[in-house]
Amino acid sequence: MTTKLMGQGVQRVEDDRLLRGQGAYADDLDVGPGLLHAAVVRSPHAHARIVDIDVDAVLDVEGVHAVFTHDDLTGPMADPLPLLIPHPALTHGRTQYALAKDEVNYVGEAVAFIVATDRYVAEDAVGKVRVTYDVLPAVVGIDAARRADRLVHDDVPGNLGARLEQQTGDAPAAVAAAPHRLSLDLDIERSACMPLEGRGTVARWEPALDRLQVWTSTQSSTGVRAAVAVKLGLDLGQVDVITPDVGGGFGVKINHPWPEELLVPYAARALGRPVKFTEDRREHFISSAHERAQVQHVEVGFDDEGRLLGLDVEFWHDHGAYTPYGLIVPIITSTQLLGPYKPGAYRVVFHSLYTNTVIVTPYRGAGRPQGCYAMERTMDAIAAYLGKDRTEVRRVNLIQPDEFPYEHHLVFQDGRPLTYDSGNYPEMLDKIKALVDWDSFPARKAAAAAEGRKLGIGLACYVEGTGVGPYEGAHVHVETTGKVKVATGLTSQGQGHQTVFAQLVADELGCRFSDVEVVTGDTRRMPYAVGTFASRAAVMSGSAIHLAARRAREKALRIAADALEASEDDLQIVDGVVSVKGAPEVSLDLGTISVLSNPLRYAFDEASKRATQFQVGDPGKPPVAEDDEPGLEGRDFYSPERATFASGMHAVIVETDPDTAEIRIVQYAVVHDCGTLINPMIVEGQIHGGVAQGVGGALYERMAYDESGQLLNASFMDFLMPYVSEVPDGIDVDHLETPSPLNPLGIKGAGEAGVIPSAAVFAAAIEDAEGFPITAMPISPSELFELRLAQS
Amino acid sequence: MTLSTDQQTGEDLYDVRLRVNGVVHDLRVPARRLLSDALRHDLGMTGTHVGCEHGVCGACTVLVDGRPARACLMFAVAAVEVDITTVEGLTHPDGSLGPVQQAFRECHGLQCGFCTPGFLTTITAGLEENPDPSHEEAREMIGGNLCRCTGYQNIVAAVERAAVLRREGQERP
Amino acid sequence: MKPAPFAYHRPRTLDEAVALLASEPDAKVMAGGQSLVPLLTMRLAGPATIVDVSAVEGLDTLAVDAEGVRVGAMVRHADVLASADVRRVQPLVSAALSHVAHPTIRNRGTTVGSIVHADAAAEMPVVLAVLGGSVDVVGGSGRRTIAAADLFLGLLESSLAPDEVATSAWFPALADDAGVGFAEIARRHGDYAMVGVAAHVDATAARVGYLSVNDVPTVVDVTGVDPADAGEAALAHLAPGGDVHASAAYRAQLVRVLTARVLREAHEHRQSRQGAA
Repeated sequence: MTTKLMGQGVQRVEDDRLLRGQGAYADDLDVGPGLLHAAVVRSPHAHARIVDIDVDAVLDVEGVHAVFTHDDLTGPMADPLPLLIPHPALTHGRTQYALAKDEVNYVGEAVAFIVATDRYVAEDAVGKVRVTYDVLPAVVGIDAARRADRLVHDDVPGNLGARLEQQTGDAPAAVAAAPHRLSLDLDIERSACMPLEGRGTVARWEPALDRLQVWTSTQSSTGVRAAVAVKLGLDLGQVDVITPDVGGGFGVKINHPWPEELLVPYAARALGRPVKFTEDRREHFISSAHERAQVQHVEVGFDDEGRLLGLDVEFWHDHGAYTPYGLIVPIITSTQLLGPYKPGAYRVVFHSLYTNTVIVTPYRGAGRPQGCYAMERTMDAIAAYLGKDRTEVRRVNLIQPDEFPYEHHLVFQDGRPLTYDSGNYPEMLDKIKALVDWDSFPARKAAAAAEGRKLGIGLACYVEGTGVGPYEGAHVHVETTGKVKVATGLTSQGQGHQTVFAQLVADELGCRFSDVEVVTGDTRRMPYAVGTFASRAAVMSGSAIHLAARRAREKALRIAADALEASEDDLQIVDGVVSVKGAPEVSLDLGTISVLSNPLRYAFDEASKRATQFQVGDPGKPPVAEDDEPGLEGRDFYSPERATFASGMHAVIVETDPDTAEIRIVQYAVVHDCGTLINPMIVEGQIHGGVAQGVGGALYERMAYDESGQLLNASFMDFLMPYVSEVPDGIDVDHLETPSPLNPLGIKGAGEAGVIPSAAVFAAAIEDAEGFPITAMPISPSELFELRLAQS
Repeated sequence: MTLSTDQQTGEDLYDVRLRVNGVVHDLRVPARRLLSDALRHDLGMTGTHVGCEHGVCGACTVLVDGRPARACLMFAVAAVEVDITTVEGLTHPDGSLGPVQQAFRECHGLQCGFCTPGFLTTITAGLEENPDPSHEEAREMIGGNLCRCTGYQNIVAAVERAAVLRREGQERP
Repeated sequence: MKPAPFAYHRPRTLDEAVALLASEPDAKVMAGGQSLVPLLTMRLAGPATIVDVSAVEGLDTLAVDAEGVRVGAMVRHADVLASADVRRVQPLVSAALSHVAHPTIRNRGTTVGSIVHADAAAEMPVVLAVLGGSVDVVGGSGRRTIAAADLFLGLLESSLAPDEVATSAWFPALADDAGVGFAEIARRHGDYAMVGVAAHVDATAARVGYLSVNDVPTVVDVTGVDPADAGEAALAHLAPGGDVHASAAYRAQLVRVLTARVLREAHEHRQSRQGAA
């Protein structure tokens, strides 16, 4: 029996070509002769009416092939971009145009699209387009949006895109009746995914075939395909969307279609030449997406032990200038805020507000970091108020292992009941305390204090809905060579899907791992798919692939049983060979079975020749039986009734400099439960990356807008993504595996987890070190210094 | 330096001789062509990636006479009379992965792979200068390169592993 | 983010370079390019002509003697930093260089280029200023030496004429009875500092230079002031501003803290040298 690959730290099959510089990212693609390059004229103003666009000077620039403005767009291209996920509460949803029509609402909004022989010339032309603007006052930040003395959109009163309220029990009454009450005002700022590769799209129109091929750096190739087809007036069957290697996504590439994802194919068809757009770093800052900014107000009532009797939360969410992605982020905040806890009553109200800044769409964690921040800051405030250990206040509020499935009586982001599937939060709390040596910290802190040093420890807990539906599919095809070709429709941005999915196929089908080749995000291979977001790839495509491999296995066994004149129950598949248990010489390899599965009369290869010695099928029936298909294939879809819920707890010890307020990370510890692990090496890599991104979000990164809506730090010089010198040297990780009952493998998602508790856990640790409340994140040494001044 | 004119754009072109991974390439480019673009788009060596185009992220790092340099902060016309090494030049002569590449694979030192070429070139030069780095020196060696996926933990491990592989490779006859 | 078009020249001699600068209007000298190229790429600068001096003969000499350190215009930061002679003769140069960006940038960037770029957030201009060094330039009207005190006019503005090219920088040797210190605090390792401080002390004087505080590298005489109070005293001559990384009050705090640290370091350095001597 071969070793199961599930749970093994198998080295990645992706790596060889990536390490040789042979990856193929969007900008690497040379899709044919005559490739042209695009650049975009972007609004320099946060809010303005477009009076006139004069492109005359551009037409004289040698090397420029075309300039498009909104006036040049026809049919559906001239309409606003789609609102991807409508919601009844989103009463005032607005989306931008592919190219601005009459008005711009953030610095960076696309105004004109230029196609030239190369990007240099295209940028020359950008500088020659003369746009006359009538500048309007800008709405920047949540306070300005709430004041609403200026409006982003004239027809959206109060700048209010949506107001949504959910409750379970009577939270205001429970708070009022509680023995103890606290209120908190909290603030969290904008940040962004900031993948090292920006957005990029290449398109080729093939007039002879009447077909369009689009390569785009996306998290949803099927979504882009549908959008391109509709906007360009093409049949779906005329459009292929292929996701090449993607240099990181972290959420920003799930929003679609971006203006350029439509304009590139539009121009390619119009000009009859392939066109490429590669977003540069400055553009990425001002014309992709941001996230995170919220202002929160918490009212909480609790008993002497710190039990949550009533939790009443209101928050204001900055969604930027438009709402293409609906209310997903604030809905997640409002529901995932509860974490591993079970308040007696809960009410949450959010207001999703327009501002004249870059749009807000999910960034790794997608609203959860903000929810975790509100809840965990509240837990720490309760502990401080009661003078209790912070872990004990959390412990009395935890959902217990025997309470699953746990029903919160709220509606989750997928429109389904918020029901936790499994978990063991008390054991997790024990593990994190042990990992960070929580109980001995007070002595450590006192010893440091005696030397004039300030140490602080923080803890934050979260539960993450992962693997949301509606579905993903998979196709497994065993070729006559015995090679196994697997396709699933969602896309990859570095998560190692080709490896982990191959592990699942090898285990279920019984083939060799090295014979499996996985393709993701290519609509030619799997046209039905949703996308890569919400830590859903392993759960959704993993399950679909497992099921599809099982179908292929069943068919292989059926054919082999027929050929070998054995019972299916007596057969096994090991290393791609089907054999009779106990009689290994009676065997057939999968390649031969593939030949037998396809009653072709032509034999081209050795496998086909070998197959001629076997007889399968009923001679009295048609060569392909009524209930059968030719080929050794399995195709299946996985569609769960609801999401799985991963969980985790992070602890951090920080040291703050008494003089300079610099914040140093002394130790970072993670306990994580994503159900059954497919590849622990890859899961740990996801955690490491999430923690580093969280360090950035908590201590370094922010989007610094001025009052006029100019982004002041739109470069890697000033948007401070951590280098190695800013991340902890070593991250202590411990796992807990509570399998999900919702899918055949028991898996939950792992992609986003590492970043969720960062703002909460750093705020807690800094608060512990300093002895005064931290209510606004991220925090810099300068801000900590100012807080110290305000305290003294 | 010969001047000619781009028929499509009217821009002056310069004849440039680049030596990349031991191979001489003659090309004709405008003065403003960044070395990163010349490598990627004129020579088709797309392993060198462009992450920020202002010298901060390090994805475009190549070796110039053995020393790491940002290809986005050099013009192709000025990259003459030097030996340039890109990620494509880091494999062993027999085509197998070089020690730094191999170590990244073993240690899961990459996820999306976009920043990776810049790390590989930087570490290759770093280990040439300091073949036996301490843990702290391994961290310093990668201190000027940004990675958004890995959190650097496994990249540091890969530096240390590469040092071992490199020594083992040199010990082999 | 691609530069606008420009004409490119790669002279082999200084005379050629000077002639080009004299004849080409709107020409800009490029040495290592590590500061200039990003400005071009972001189209914040757009000279018509670039005169690349990297192939000019005689500019790549690093000369160290008992009098001091002379750094040729094409000597890279990395080579200055690697020089044991430089470290021995003027350790402040080496101490500050280790804070200049990251090693990869130091491999291409030149010390002289960094100085004449006149960025008040850069390390080497303030080191030149504290040590009372100078820069040699050559131009249409001949050669001259510009003292550090006369070099920095304003934000990214030096006193070099448009047709002048810097050929070397001169850092005087550290006297036997003197000591130096350097420290800075940046948001991330390798970033431009929020505040940086360089100090030079001897038997009669104490001078402290500040980067990222004023628009130009600024040297304050704190002779006779206790290190603990010197930062506060220096602030009378400084106008720290606020930006996205640091408030004005925080910068002032860093001036206080770093001035004390660096002055103590310089005094200790001086004592250790006298002990050794």
